[in-house]
Amino acid sequence: MDRIPILKMGHFLLVTIQVDMYDRLALNLENDLIQMVEKHESKGVLIDISAVSIVDSFMGRIIGNIASMSKILDAETVVVGMQPAVAITLVELGLPLTGVHTALNVEKGMFLLQKKIKEDIFEIDEPDAGWENDDQPE
Amino acid sequence: MSQMLVGKMMTSLNKDIIKISTEQDMVLIRHRVRDYAQKIGMSVLDQTKLITACSELARNILVYAGNGKATIEVISERLQTGIKVVFEDKGPGIADIQKAMQDGFSTGKSLGLGLPGAKRLVNYFDIQSKVGHGTTVTIIRWKR
Repeated sequence: MDRIPILKMGHFLLVTIQVDMYDRLALNLENDLIQMVEKHESKGVLIDISAVSIVDSFMGRIIGNIASMSKILDAETVVVGMQPAVAITLVELGLPLTGVHTALNVEKGMFLLQKKIKEDIFEIDEPDAGWENDDQPE
Repeated sequence: MSQMLVGKMMTSLNKDIIKISTEQDMVLIRHRVRDYAQKIGMSVLDQTKLITACSELARNILVYAGNGKATIEVISERLQTGIKVVFEDKGPGIADIQKAMQDGFSTGKSLGLGLPGAKRLVNYFDIQSKVGHGTTVTIIRWKR
């Protein structure tokens, strides 16, 4: 069965879609990604669609699903590299893509994800800040 | 645009029929439509809109009728050139076309954007359906 490779990079998962998507392939990707998020306790998913020339309602729905599922598993999803023609078509089609973060390119998307998890860590560590004193002699 | 205009005054320059029975056929249709659109010099945006509409309609055939066919045509009318695609199936047909054309209405598991979405993406959209006999959708996108 055809599969789109998912790369693990630290806290994040990286997917670059380089082929024409058909529905089965998109469903497999959705499945694989969610399992990988769970397995590696990933904090973010970055999907690069710069090589994708069309996103129809099915594909859009899959992207939305991935974002919602990741969110429940405490991971953020960023879609990057959308071509202008694809963006215009999506809006005209009436697809909102709610809950999906977007960035212009992979670099900016990575930055966005890093910023998002830094905010999370900050929120958790702020109250007690105990770990800084861990290596001090008693 | 009236039905008569579309029917009689257009000249067909090229014709291609593709069967739709698997998901791979959808990919093939997208490729073929892109080839034709590029050949007549359609802009990337118009190509993307046309192909997305084709993708939606081809999926509808797969989901609701199981199989069917798409006829891709390069057409010319007066000084305009464009692509016309006809999607035909002998599936169950649509009981209430008006309802099916509403945003968010779906009898399947989709978002219900297929038909109304496709209509928004093309210059001409015509749907004919008869319950028990099948559905024919004709779309045209002109090169601007």
